[in-house]
Amino acid sequence: MALDWLKFFRTEPKNTANLAKERLKVVVAHQREGRGRGPEYLPKLREEILNVVRKYVDVPETAVNIQVQNEDGLEVLEMNIALPEQRRS
Amino acid sequence: MTKIVVVTSGKGGVGKTTTSASFATGLAQRGKKVAVIDFDVGLRNLDLIMGCERRVVFDFVNVIQGEASLRQALIKDKTFPNLHILAASQTRDKEALTPEGVEKVLNDLRSEGFDYVVCDSPAGIERGAHLAMYFADEALVVTNPEVSSVRDSDRVLGLLASKTRRVERNEARIKEHLVLTRYNPARVLKGEMLSLEDVTEILAIPVLGVIPESTAVLNSSNAGTPVITLPDADAGQAYDDLVSRFLGEDRPLRFTTVEKKGLFSKWLGG
Ligand SMILES: Nc1ncnc2c1ncn2[C@@H]1O[C@H](COP(=O)(O)OP(=O)(O)OP(=O)(O)O)[C@@H](O)[C@H]1O
Ligand SMILES: [Mg+2]
Repeated sequence: MALDWLKFFRTEPKNTANLAKERLKVVVAHQREGRGRGPEYLPKLREEILNVVRKYVDVPETAVNIQVQNEDGLEVLEMNIALPEQRRS
Repeated sequence: MTKIVVVTSGKGGVGKTTTSASFATGLAQRGKKVAVIDFDVGLRNLDLIMGCERRVVFDFVNVIQGEASLRQALIKDKTFPNLHILAASQTRDKEALTPEGVEKVLNDLRSEGFDYVVCDSPAGIERGAHLAMYFADEALVVTNPEVSSVRDSDRVLGLLASKTRRVERNEARIKEHLVLTRYNPARVLKGEMLSLEDVTEILAIPVLGVIPESTAVLNSSNAGTPVITLPDADAGQAYDDLVSRFLGEDRPLRFTTVEKKGLFSKWLGG
């Protein structure tokens, strides 16, 4: 172990930072697999839909809810828009 | 509107508490009403860095368990009356921190009109760290230019993107900021340390500040005054820039390249 370490420093005296970076890239890519944040555009889509809804109805920030569902191997966007309670007179 | 900012990292000892103390103080220096909360149950630390350890009567868990009111537990900073500290409990029972309890304290701070609540996260990804980030609007991800710290920061970014209230409620994502600290430009130049560019390339989040490795940090913690209050210290100036940037000001990065230093500035702590 100690010997390997010495050998490494002899052949590559300066670039331990580069080595660190390359190792990190691999580790981090692995870590991110299956993190599944949903599509990148989801927050933006939600925000834009919220803005459109707000043109017509006064709804709170939380009114629009979008979820990615997996149905029989098919990705489906499920959207719920909660409208404020309406009094019927 | 109260903004909740978590200071988090995954890895321990990278500078979360140092950052929380200076960040909260910097916001208070700019007139904001700020509360800074120590989430490190069992390992109270922030009170020492803020220099108020002798005035801790009640703590976070006391408030959650109804043994003290929030007002009784908040410690007013000795210099800035608009800055308040909520100390961590020394209890060994980590379960004392409950989601409902934390939420109630945060809501009470909201109705007290606080502009910012800074949550100093404990290390790790367990209960305390989870609760510190769960209610956050923005996150300062404190990272050292070193492999294990960068990997842990990436894990924390994964948690911020999945295990928080904003995600559960499908609200806009938590705004993430990189705080690269204990940076040593001379070692970067020699190829011995990951550079700012390396770290931002891997973590892919915008950088809010780069804090140099600095002797001033130990001096300031010895004295119980956050390093941002020392205008001559490099790390203090770097934190000052960071706070300004957080509030939308345009400040170029400093202390990221090797500078020829005069004896005087060396002596001041570089
Ligand atoms: N920029 C810096 N230059 C030099 N030393 C620093 C710097 N930032 C932090 N330190 C030192 O690093 C140590 C750990 O800092 P700090 O307590 O802020 O880390 P932490 O992330 O809160 O730790 P923990 O995970 O245990 O809560 C302290 O001794 C502190 O003085
Ligand atoms: Mg700490």
